Amino acid sequence: MNIEEKQQEIIDEFTIYDDWMEKYEYIIELGKELETIDPTKKTDDRLIEGCQSRVWLNTDVQEGKMRFTADSDAIITKGIIGLLIRVLNNETPETVAKTDLHFINDIGLQEHLSPTRANGLLSMVNRMKMDALKASMKSTK
Amino acid sequence: MADSITKPFNVREIREQFPALRQTIYGKNLIYFDNGATSQKPQVVIDAINRYYSKDNANIHRGVHYMSQKATGEFEEARKTIQVYLNAKKSEEIIFTKGTTDSINLVAFSFGELLSSGDEILISAMEHHSNIVPWQMLCERKNLKLRVAPINSKGELIIDEFDKLLNNKTKLVSIIHISNTLGTINPVKDLIKKAHSVGAKVLIDGAQSIQHLKIDVRDLDCDFYTFSSHKVFGPTGIGVLYGKEAVLDSMPPYQGGGDMISKVTFERTTYNELPHKFEAGTPHIAGGICLGEAIRFLSSQNLNAIQKHEKYLADYAQDMLDTFEGVRIIGEAKEKTSVVSFIVNKIHPFDIGTLLDKQGVAVRTGHHCTQPLMDFFKIPGTVRASFAFYNTKEEIETFIAAVEKSISILK
Ligand SMILES: Cc1ncc(COP(=O)(O)O)c(C=O)c1O
Repeated sequence: MNIEEKQQEIIDEFTIYDDWMEKYEYIIELGKELETIDPTKKTDDRLIEGCQSRVWLNTDVQEGKMRFTADSDAIITKGIIGLLIRVLNNETPETVAKTDLHFINDIGLQEHLSPTRANGLLSMVNRMKMDALKASMKSTK
Repeated sequence: MADSITKPFNVREIREQFPALRQTIYGKNLIYFDNGATSQKPQVVIDAINRYYSKDNANIHRGVHYMSQKATGEFEEARKTIQVYLNAKKSEEIIFTKGTTDSINLVAFSFGELLSSGDEILISAMEHHSNIVPWQMLCERKNLKLRVAPINSKGELIIDEFDKLLNNKTKLVSIIHISNTLGTINPVKDLIKKAHSVGAKVLIDGAQSIQHLKIDVRDLDCDFYTFSSHKVFGPTGIGVLYGKEAVLDSMPPYQGGGDMISKVTFERTTYNELPHKFEAGTPHIAGGICLGEAIRFLSSQNLNAIQKHEKYLADYAQDMLDTFEGVRIIGEAKEKTSVVSFIVNKIHPFDIGTLLDKQGVAVRTGHHCTQPLMDFFKIPGTVRASFAFYNTKEEIETFIAAVEKSISILK
């Protein structure tokens, strides 16, 4: 499945929820299931301080593919992290750096990635892309 | 105002005057419980904004023409309305600012100019950032000492400790009247008396008190009282600094510019009289006029009945929340207003707030610009429901059910 197909799959999954609370119940389930970051890696340099909730992001590059793990102290934030990771993991640095994550908008969660929300998610996405960009520059060197 | 005291309290009638309350969000009737952050506006204020820009717009204090004089008259009338409402001695003691933050910064700069190395400023542990940071900046600039009076676990100021921190080096006590995070009402009248006994001046941060309590600055005997229009049913971008005339007179101007001068030459400039000395540049004219309208609206209400109603709502909400397992109320002062802050065991406030929003309930989550207070309680933030007189018991019931549902999903 390419990255666009992964985004489309999530959009399709969300079409069955027509009620906001059902949508969030699903996100919360995802948050509870999220395979979180290795506790020894929850260090300050991996911490993204939002005004509302805190996010930790660990980035690895294995066999030319991005491998993100992350965690948050808020479960809804974790659920959205789960979706982002599902889309971005195992993609090449180039793909991660340039992909437009339109699915967030399409499933109605854009408020969580708005600059005013300050829950750390927007900064996390920016850092994911920055890490990918750095990795892609290294690989072309 | 005699009829406003006997006026029966009818929440339906009051709600009808607030158009923003009549809407649905996510298909649910809006329940607005974020009044601590800002209040909704009554139709009379919205109409006044419309009227000002449709008919009266002109710059003030500088025109010979009809419209300028009319706008000047209305702006100065608003100042008078506020003076009367606060029971200030003179309208010159009412300075228009951008809001509470701006008012405190004005005092920190201008009153701060009168202070010198070693002097002390005393605040409390429950201050809003806007009553902390300006003093830290001043202390750095002038080499002063910032002292912080501690609170107890209920969120009440520890009076004995406050007393111990007061001394003859204390030049200013700057204290929150009602805590935006906890709802605690501080015994400011007593604190003012104590501060005066060591020769300190007192600033009262009234951002959360003017909409709930009758404020009489002469009875309080405070030297400064500040509030923001937007929290008291008026527009954003405008607020008030009340200061005693003698104290304001002793202070140098804050910002330089038009309106605040008497005569300008390149060699020397003399400053205008109060209140203009502290109002450099074109003020928020529409804001001032409409704040006057908001204060007139407030003074036509029965404040005693409002207080009773708000207290009833807060007690009811708090009692209901208290019955939920894992819920901890933050702020249990004996004297408190219509704020209920809480946390739920193992659940982040942000998650509760997000789910409440999707159920139509607007609350605030986070640290409420009181990070030191959050550190004191060792929590990342709270969920805060803050009520106004237009809220109803039915709304509390819906809110409580929504909290219960949120907890059951998040658990
Ligand atoms: C107690 C208190 N002080 C100061 C402020 C700052 O008010 P403003 O942002 O309107 O300047 C607020 C508002 O959040 C407040 O609640």
